[in-house]
Amino acid sequence: DDCILDYFMPLTIVLTSQNVPNSDWEKKVTEYFKEKLKENNATNWVPSLNDVPVHYLKPNSLVKFRCMVQDMFDPEFYMGVYETVDPNTNARVLHFGKYRDVAECGPQQEIDLNSSQTVTSERQTFYCVPVPGESAWVKEISFLTDQARVSPSTSYTPSRHKRSYEEDEDMDLHPSKQKEQHMGSGGDIHGCVEPKRLETEASAGHHLISPNCSPPLDLNFPLPGEKGPACLVKVYESWDNFKVNDVLEVYGILSVDPVLSIVNNEERDSTALDPMECMDTAEEHRVHSPPASLVPRIHVILAQKLQHINPLLPACLNEEESKTFVSNFMSELSPVRAELLGFLTHALLGDSLAAEYLILHLISTVYARRDVLPLGKFTVNLSGCPRNSIFTEHIYRIIQQLVPASYRLQMTIENMNHSRFIPHKDYAANRLVSGVLQLASNTSLVVDETQLEQGQLDTTGVHNVTALGNLITWQKVDYDFSYHQMEFPCNINVLITSEGRSLLPSDCQVHLQPQIIPPNMEEYMNSLLTAVLPSVLNKFRIYLSLLRLLDYSISDEVTKAVEEDFVEMRKNDPESITADDLHRTLLVARFLSLSAGQTTLSRERWLRAKQLEALRKVRLQQQKCVNGNEL
Amino acid sequence: ARSCVARQRGGWIRKTFSFIFFLAIPLDFDISSPLTYGTPSSRVEGTPRSGVRGTPVRQRPDLGSVRKARQVDLHSDGLCISDVATEQSLGQKLVIWGTDVNVASCKEKFQRFLQRFIDPLAKEDEDIGLDLNEPRYMQRLEEINMVGEPFLNVNCDHLRSFDENLYRQLICYPQEVIPTFDMAANEIFFDRYPDSILEHQIQVRPYNALKTRNMRSLNPEDIDQLITISGMVIRSSQLIPEMQEAFFKCQVCAFTTRVEIDRGRIAEPSVCKNCNTTHSMALIHNRSMFSDKQMIKLQESPEDMPAGQTPHTVVLFAHNDLVDKVQPGDRINVTGIYRAVPIRVNPRVSNVKSVYKTHIDVIHYRKTDAKRLHGVDEETEQKMFTEERVEILKELSKKPDIYERLSSALAPSIYEHEDIKKGILLQLFGGSRKDFTHTGRGNFRAEINILLCGDPGTSKSQLLQYVYNLVPRGQYTSGKGSSAVGLTAYVMKDPETRQLVLQTGALVLSDNGICCIDEFDKMNESTRSVLHEVMEQQTLSIAKAGIICQLNARTSILAAANPIESQWNPKKTTIENIQLPHTLLSRFDLIFLMLDPRDEAYDRRLARHLVSLYYRSEKKMEEEYMDMAVLRDYIAYARSYVNPRLSEEASQALIEAYVDMRKIGSGRGMVSAYPRQLESLIRLAEAHAKVRFSEKVETVDVEEAKHLHREALKQSATDPRTGIVDISILTTGMSTTARKRKEELAQALRKLIQSKGKTPALKYQQLFDDLRAQSDTAVTKEMFEEALRALADDDFLTVTGKTVRLL
Repeated sequence: DDCILDYFMPLTIVLTSQNVPNSDWEKKVTEYFKEKLKENNATNWVPSLNDVPVHYLKPNSLVKFRCMVQDMFDPEFYMGVYETVDPNTNARVLHFGKYRDVAECGPQQEIDLNSSQTVTSERQTFYCVPVPGESAWVKEISFLTDQARVSPSTSYTPSRHKRSYEEDEDMDLHPSKQKEQHMGSGGDIHGCVEPKRLETEASAGHHLISPNCSPPLDLNFPLPGEKGPACLVKVYESWDNFKVNDVLEVYGILSVDPVLSIVNNEERDSTALDPMECMDTAEEHRVHSPPASLVPRIHVILAQKLQHINPLLPACLNEEESKTFVSNFMSELSPVRAELLGFLTHALLGDSLAAEYLILHLISTVYARRDVLPLGKFTVNLSGCPRNSIFTEHIYRIIQQLVPASYRLQMTIENMNHSRFIPHKDYAANRLVSGVLQLASNTSLVVDETQLEQGQLDTTGVHNVTALGNLITWQKVDYDFSYHQMEFPCNINVLITSEGRSLLPSDCQVHLQPQIIPPNMEEYMNSLLTAVLPSVLNKFRIYLSLLRLLDYSISDEVTKAVEEDFVEMRKNDPESITADDLHRTLLVARFLSLSAGQTTLSRERWLRAKQLEALRKVRLQQQKCVNGNEL
Repeated sequence: ARSCVARQRGGWIRKTFSFIFFLAIPLDFDISSPLTYGTPSSRVEGTPRSGVRGTPVRQRPDLGSVRKARQVDLHSDGLCISDVATEQSLGQKLVIWGTDVNVASCKEKFQRFLQRFIDPLAKEDEDIGLDLNEPRYMQRLEEINMVGEPFLNVNCDHLRSFDENLYRQLICYPQEVIPTFDMAANEIFFDRYPDSILEHQIQVRPYNALKTRNMRSLNPEDIDQLITISGMVIRSSQLIPEMQEAFFKCQVCAFTTRVEIDRGRIAEPSVCKNCNTTHSMALIHNRSMFSDKQMIKLQESPEDMPAGQTPHTVVLFAHNDLVDKVQPGDRINVTGIYRAVPIRVNPRVSNVKSVYKTHIDVIHYRKTDAKRLHGVDEETEQKMFTEERVEILKELSKKPDIYERLSSALAPSIYEHEDIKKGILLQLFGGSRKDFTHTGRGNFRAEINILLCGDPGTSKSQLLQYVYNLVPRGQYTSGKGSSAVGLTAYVMKDPETRQLVLQTGALVLSDNGICCIDEFDKMNESTRSVLHEVMEQQTLSIAKAGIICQLNARTSILAAANPIESQWNPKKTTIENIQLPHTLLSRFDLIFLMLDPRDEAYDRRLARHLVSLYYRSEKKMEEEYMDMAVLRDYIAYARSYVNPRLSEEASQALIEAYVDMRKIGSGRGMVSAYPRQLESLIRLAEAHAKVRFSEKVETVDVEEAKHLHREALKQSATDPRTGIVDISILTTGMSTTARKRKEELAQALRKLIQSKGKTPALKYQQLFDDLRAQSDTAVTKEMFEEALRALADDDFLTVTGKTVRLL
């Protein structure tokens, strides 16, 4: 099968197709690969850097990588075409430099740097990390789909067994095991993790004993404790389309040429000679050209922005085949919704109202911005959570099982004062040092305020809390560039669990009213997760990811009705109904309609939204009364 | 032998071989040929030519740091001689290899430029001391003669308007053309001022090359060309002495020799040419030649960046006197030559990294915000507008409804509040700056301050956030978290240099911008007091850690405050509702109330507006309103180019308006309008004229100013008890009726006491009860005490503890 062979050595294709140097070949290469990748799920044949450790992959082979753009380096000028000359025979040969890091030449040849044939071209380097907070199930499932066919391009034979979800969940329920799972690319105790971990340790050790005595390279993951390959992704065309925090899937040529590291070392040696080099460029160099074994390079042939990272959904929803998928799923939507509601009700200790709001929250997304105002964000403050209990931890674990990417932020004084929330520019190394709030779109951020004790916030703490507040209110994070700040819009679903009303702003506060108090919370929650069939769980996952992407509209008729309603409500009680309430009710109505698979607002949904809001408000009122009595 | 000099043009990547053959020039010419400039070996100490007598040539490392690489090869190839022979016959037609530059004609053209160029567009205030009708650069040369700074800065824009082709050559082949310019300038200079003594020969520094403005648009085609980019300095290195020429001395026979730098390296001679001893040559440091060099990192300015991307950086190399001219944090425009150098070839590895290192050799710096703290440098503050853009803006300004258009483009997601948006719009434009320093009044505030006050949830914060995002120098702080220090400035010790550094706060940072302060009411007293000075004098005085200074803070304040009871109490006055000192309140030109109107029609419209937010696509919404970028440009253009003056009718209208305002108050025997209100009116009228791009303030402007002023006042200064607009509420914190009531009560109390006959002392409580019994309206304890105080002020009685004594 020559198709398979192609993946073996894409560079050979590139090389053979360029025998006749013309400007067309570049276009042809891209088109060739685009075509090839379309063929019968060919994308699944390409080994993924997310799953396979770098040293199992052949250099110069085609790989794919699902990642988030963490930082953008300066554009690079490289030799697009260069000429080598044999000093003995004076024979001159032209070479192409695209898709390579190193200008190669034969043992008897030299590169003629002054050749008139040299063409300088430009490319852009992105520093990419795996999607922060990517759930274990996303890794697991995409690994399984990839490995359904054994990839011939790697010498790596996966020894991973297909595990049942029960087993998977079982692991999830034990924090210690879960940690292990986080470390591997897909939660594995069967082999793939071990050599990798050894390698990272080895390279870190290598750094420690290197003559520079530099500390091990910080791979700059936004979230603490993340593992996975960071990559230097070199983009050759239309790099202006990509933004920081975009989630990409790139197909490209893997470059792990050890020469890169040698060049590195020698440059390091020569720094002593050149005064220009030994200033702060050393630090910059270390960060911008790390050893290829640790941070491989990918020369991109094809890169696409991902709408979502849920492997259970077709990557692009606009295509024909995905349309049938969507319509099939939509037809059986209501039982899924009912089951999900039931599941979440159990998880929230029998509180169905809170479960309803949690569904609305999970499918919310910023769909537009009017000047500074983000529309469609729906931050829920789940108050009334028992303090210092494992309850919030388990709620997070359940959310983690449902959404593709999430992070639990424990709001302790210690954490607020010492964590890095806001990404900042390190000018010595010339890179953007990441922070917890550098997250990809549609990541679920669960802020656990029940952990907060009384105490003193220092400057960092105040900054962090302000940044978190800004993120919730404006859906933006101001990255710190030392001399100025720069605003990066984001789209993060924030759920705040707290005892009383949260100190952070939120769109909607739901007070939890547990119907059942399980004697053993741990056992209760565990049994809840094990009780769900994997196929049902998958449906939940599809449900939540898919509904986010639907369009929505309101007919003129309903608009009229809403208007009337609002005027009426204001007439009766102008004090308690404000524009904010209308905002919120409209939001609730939007997500309520979408959660039922309806893309227009109907009168019934509007009434239901009002009803939900009324119920919620009554609860808050009650809560106030209770608190008042206690005082 | 010197008739042929070849240099490498620095560009390794050019398609052409980059040599210069410089051949058919008369023999006496080559000494001052451009190519001898900058090469250390050709340094001439005192040339035979009369013009350039004795003035040494200073090498220009900025023009070629990688030159000469080919020179050796060339000589060894013997190419040079044969070329001389063949090409000499071609005479003056010769050009520099790889370019279309003919040195002689290029020099001649540039000399003509220097001698004749008169800038037709020059403005009077731009260059002090220059006669605009005389050739500009001849005056500059004269200046050099007087001051002795041998650098001639040439604006490329001038050159372009004078000779398009010469300009193109300069941009494309700076490395060849600039030395020619040097030569031309020196010839003219020493012709004119033969006795002038300069440190070294004049160096021409072109700036403002229009080739590239943005760092992002740099691409491989710009290599070796003259470019101008703007950006912010983020790091600068220490001074690096770079060896240009090494001096070696033989340890055996004391024979000396010089070796020039070649590709960043010095080849140490292994054999003494004199005595043939091997390895006897030793480097003599203090006879070697060094030049200063500095590496600077420039980062894209935040304004130039597309959203969602990180800024690019570029490395600059500054040489000689340009070292240490800029500091991290400075915003600069750099003109220089863009270079790309391959990463060093290592002889041991045949494979090399296929990437180039790029940098810019700096020729000229121009700071764009050097005067931020001292005074506005209007010229550099101006944003560059393309002609088309200006046309669009001017077209817009002619529309009759431009004022309404702009105000509705402001924060379209916030519903209605049209007058408030209009007020903020005028604030964004600001009044005209006037200087009355010579009459002792000092600067006249041009900035308009606005206070928004109202119920929570009326999108005040959203308005503030919008304004903060709109203006380039906006600052956003919350009254709750900010301290006086955070607003003004504080002194900090730099951990590295142990130097004291003045860190500026929000108010100083928003100089010439807008400072948005949310939760103004939550701000503590001491912090708020800082604002008194800022809001009227527009300066900030600091005395900390031995640093005493006055900083400019010409900022408009846009503040938002909640009522003291969190909900607006309609039974109370603004003062009572906001609880801000009236000294501060009177400094706000406009105080708007943002109240919930509670009106059915309004509710209906609001509902429709909100519903539309939730389903209409983004595109559709954008079509309806003016783009934020257009609005921003419109404001920036008006702010920097339009400076309206009062017309005769307008002043008349203002006077009338002011007299009217005074009359309202004087009707009840109170002065109600203060000069401050007149100033506000003037500012608002000026701002409105700016909106129309009008150089004249006319009656329409005054009308609108009056309207806004009245609208704002109507809301904030309506006496809740009478419903009459009463400006004295703002100025004294108490309405006229309240004063009247107070006086009446005091009189009633006096009568009551007098009616009691000649008792020297009265019981406090007794008196209070009596007064309450007598009065037909409810008398509170506070009112009673106030009346007592008023009587005490009249020396009618004194209050000691619980007894009241008559005097």
